[in-house]
Amino acid sequence: MRYLPLTSDDRQAMLAKIGVRHIDDLFRDVPKSDLNPEIDLPRRQSEMSVERHLSRLAGKNTAAGSVPFFVGTGAYKHHVPSTVDHMIQRGEFLTAYTPYQPEIAQGTLQYLFEFQTQVAQLTGMDVANASMYDGSTATAEAVMMARRVTRKKRAVLAGSVHAHYRAVVETTTQFTDDDIVVQAPVPADPQVELQAAIDAIDDKTSCVVFQNPGVCGSVLDLAPLAEAAHAHKALLIVVVTEVMSLGLIKSPGEMGADIVVGEGQSIGNGLNFGGPYLGLFATNQKYVRQMPGRLCGETTDSDGNRGFVLTLSTREQHIRREKATSNICTNSGLCSLAFTVHMSLLGEKGLRQLARVNHKRACDLRDAMSAIEGVEVLNSAFFNEITIRVPGSATAIVDQLAESGVLAGVPMERLYPGEGMDDLLIMAATETVTEEDIADLSSKLTEALS
Amino acid sequence: MTKYTEDHEWIEIDGDVATVGITDYAQKALGDVVFVELPEVGATFSAGDEVAVVESVKAASEVYAPLTGDIVEVNEDLEGEPALVNSDSTGNGWFFKIKLANVADLDDLMDEAAYNAHVAGLD
Amino acid sequence: MSMNSQGRPTMPAASNDTGEMTPVFESFSGHQGLRLAEPLIFELGTTQTTGVDIDEAGDFEMSIGGLERTGEIGCPGLAEPDTVRHFTRLSRRNYGIDMGVFPLGSCTMKHNPRLNEKMARLPGFGDLHPLQPLSTVQGALELMNELSHWITTLTGMPAVALSPKAGAHGELCGVMAIRAALEARGDAREVVLCPESAHGTNPATAAFCGYKVKSIPAKENGRVDIDALKAALDDTVAAVMITNPNTCGLFETEVKDISAAIHKAGAFFYCDGANFNAIMGKARPGDLGVDAMHLNLHKTFSTPHGGGGPGSGPVVLSDALKDFAPMPYVVSGKDGFNLVEYGDEKSLGRLTAYHGQMGMYVRALSYMLSHGSDGLRQASEDAVLNANYVLASLQDIMSASFEGPCMHEALFDDRFLKDTGVTTLDFAKAMIDEGYHPMTMYFPLVVHGAMLVEPTETESKYNMDQFIRSMRGLAEAARAGEVARFEGAPYFAPWKRLDETQAARQPVLRYTVAEAAE
Repeated sequence: MRYLPLTSDDRQAMLAKIGVRHIDDLFRDVPKSDLNPEIDLPRRQSEMSVERHLSRLAGKNTAAGSVPFFVGTGAYKHHVPSTVDHMIQRGEFLTAYTPYQPEIAQGTLQYLFEFQTQVAQLTGMDVANASMYDGSTATAEAVMMARRVTRKKRAVLAGSVHAHYRAVVETTTQFTDDDIVVQAPVPADPQVELQAAIDAIDDKTSCVVFQNPGVCGSVLDLAPLAEAAHAHKALLIVVVTEVMSLGLIKSPGEMGADIVVGEGQSIGNGLNFGGPYLGLFATNQKYVRQMPGRLCGETTDSDGNRGFVLTLSTREQHIRREKATSNICTNSGLCSLAFTVHMSLLGEKGLRQLARVNHKRACDLRDAMSAIEGVEVLNSAFFNEITIRVPGSATAIVDQLAESGVLAGVPMERLYPGEGMDDLLIMAATETVTEEDIADLSSKLTEALS
Repeated sequence: MTKYTEDHEWIEIDGDVATVGITDYAQKALGDVVFVELPEVGATFSAGDEVAVVESVKAASEVYAPLTGDIVEVNEDLEGEPALVNSDSTGNGWFFKIKLANVADLDDLMDEAAYNAHVAGLD
Repeated sequence: MSMNSQGRPTMPAASNDTGEMTPVFESFSGHQGLRLAEPLIFELGTTQTTGVDIDEAGDFEMSIGGLERTGEIGCPGLAEPDTVRHFTRLSRRNYGIDMGVFPLGSCTMKHNPRLNEKMARLPGFGDLHPLQPLSTVQGALELMNELSHWITTLTGMPAVALSPKAGAHGELCGVMAIRAALEARGDAREVVLCPESAHGTNPATAAFCGYKVKSIPAKENGRVDIDALKAALDDTVAAVMITNPNTCGLFETEVKDISAAIHKAGAFFYCDGANFNAIMGKARPGDLGVDAMHLNLHKTFSTPHGGGGPGSGPVVLSDALKDFAPMPYVVSGKDGFNLVEYGDEKSLGRLTAYHGQMGMYVRALSYMLSHGSDGLRQASEDAVLNANYVLASLQDIMSASFEGPCMHEALFDDRFLKDTGVTTLDFAKAMIDEGYHPMTMYFPLVVHGAMLVEPTETESKYNMDQFIRSMRGLAEAARAGEVARFEGAPYFAPWKRLDETQAARQPVLRYTVAEAAE
């Protein structure tokens, strides 16, 4: 077997050194009746054979890059420069462990420090952690952190929050006595969504969670929400599922957020059918000790050279056990490296340009959709995503267009089944979308509706 | 008058207000203190409640309220300079002041001789 | 003859009388040959630099509600050559499995096959959106289904929930399933029992699910004290969380009595599967009475640790728990594969947006297919063999905590360092000078100054012999009183020991411009 270096002779010599005759003598603590069960699975295969099998499975799927592609809603198809993947495949990054031995892990630690700084700058916050699993779990962690900070337990999840995110918050807190108030999306009028969130805040509220751009793509000024939250000593948690938007839209920090969580996939990371992704988590300095997850900090070595270490680990499970701020024990290390490499390539100049291109494509998409009879565009302010109302079932239309080789977007019904939103379709347009793609979509959608 | 608990807290009494910190023995055992989480002024604790947390790099230890009462003051210097707990545990490294609900509770605590004997028994 | 005067001596003349040539100067650049200094991006780049060519959007009327971001963001860029150089230089300060033996106990740092990386990057997997119509992702769903089949067959369990994002997330899933099952039968229980030797995530997870945590002691032989466990088991206990093989590197010999006692008390047996690498194809948790167990795909199934993630923590579930599995999950029907994303009333809910760590599923399945049932069993046998070889080769000079055989990791403690002035930490740091990543230190907590060595099956006998030679050398040096070798270690690493106290007392968690001015 190509991954196993020991030879039969090696094994015999080693067993002799140990002083046993047979390998199963080393498994003598396993109940005899349960040792070496029959395992009904195929036997070993060559690299070529495995590659053939998996390529066949991959070939049954429609890759995003192979068709006009407008699917977004929390995960976005962006171009990732070739450099990113080459850097993250360096064995020193790929095959390193969590940097618990800082003398031989400064590579990982320095990029984490750079990553934390980039995330803090992008979100407009003081500090960020070294990443979480993904945006949805980061949101749940933020709600629990708000409870620790405010010592209140009523969390308001606005209608703008992605259905999966609210489901993750509800699942994660179901066995605590947290009171999670879930509000319905109002795709046609985001101001109503905002007002509903403002109205729901009371003195018992620990936090209000608002996504911007919202799940339907709308962008809002959250300053009034921040003001309302702070008036009741509640925290404003802003969720950003499209981190590229921070290159064009005012940051959550500037709008008054206390915690910003988000999905970092858009920078440096592929779609990967939903994972691995990269949870972003940023907050203000005064809440640092209530943060979940790993943190990297600066220090010096005994020669006085600048270096970095994981720090404030007394918050974490391996020290606090049942009193930890979270049970989390990982970050999305390599995904955060991809983010940092891509961000270094972009710089804010590139990020701003790219964000503008995204918005331009979405404006083009809006114009094309508005021109189709029977289609209504619901957004007035947006980044790279819009929601349209179609006559009839959006799911049926998406399925029909998929047959003809266009992936048109996400029907709201997929995220909100049975909530009366069957005629709504969320569509994203990133820099990967061309004029031809939009024209193709328009003509096929027009045909489908006629 | 200074009293002690088995959990290595010292308590200095002034009228019905007690100043509480951790002993030299405790600070040595904890190693370099990097953070002290203090209670809020005005909060009420019963004897035995968790009232503060002392953190070193690799460990966190709870500090229990030695007596029942209300917190009237905390040592804000520890926020910027947690090292005071190591350098001056029985002086500037104090944690908080608590207004006692019942001064007679003090009688249950150890005096210095008893505490020293307690510590000697640990080594 | 033709006198070519270009010939030069290739060795320098000795620089002083002793013949030593150690430099006594600092370089002007701050570099030291191949040891290259590298500042932060924020000290290198400018906000006017970019390493990406992007088409200008041109002038157009924006529709962002007047919320344009003005002012500097504070993220400098680097051109592509400088980006490549920056991260290449950083990478060279890291130790990875690709460089040498990485015997980090309980972490299973085995070789990461590159085929897995290639497969995960096939556009048909890597470039799929989680919300595409299901008709366009049938191959992805089939892969999830196939992976599930491998996992359930290997573990002998009826079902698996794939979506948890890492081991600790898997624990959360398992304990939530237990609580959901208990609530479904109207049984409110309050306590979860964990052995003293448990990984910190176990009590943290139980607390997260609203349970009180009680500790169970270990016996002299490193196993759970079954009598103490039985005494603690009553109708308030929801679950017992036990790692098997346990964190001392030992198989719980009484595991079937333990599971019987747990079930008799109406509780559930959560098994932490962090150490599954010892028993792939050798024993099935399903045969041992386990109700829920997470697998760490990044340990046992070779997906890269990546400097701290991403992980992946599928959870196998017993018949009693499988109906409570989280959504989404794959089901197969006559029209192909379907994904249940909503509407399962019994399910504990949703643990993550989308469907979990697809990139890790592909890698793990690639690993499983490559090994096959025979190769997986061989891998476990070799992992156990390597660990016992370490134990047998070092137990005369280091203090083994328990009598062997061990499973896939060997546990030592610091008795052999008594009165040497060398601590476990010093010993570990000296291993860095030997060119090895240190073993796991001070864990498990049940032995003093623990050193947990897990070589994995992907080390050759040559590598093992070299490693053992170094360890023996260090142990002898410590006993011979060569304290200097240890107290300042590592000497040969690019950094000396870093001041963690300073980092925690005055946390500096990001770069700021003010810092540059200092």
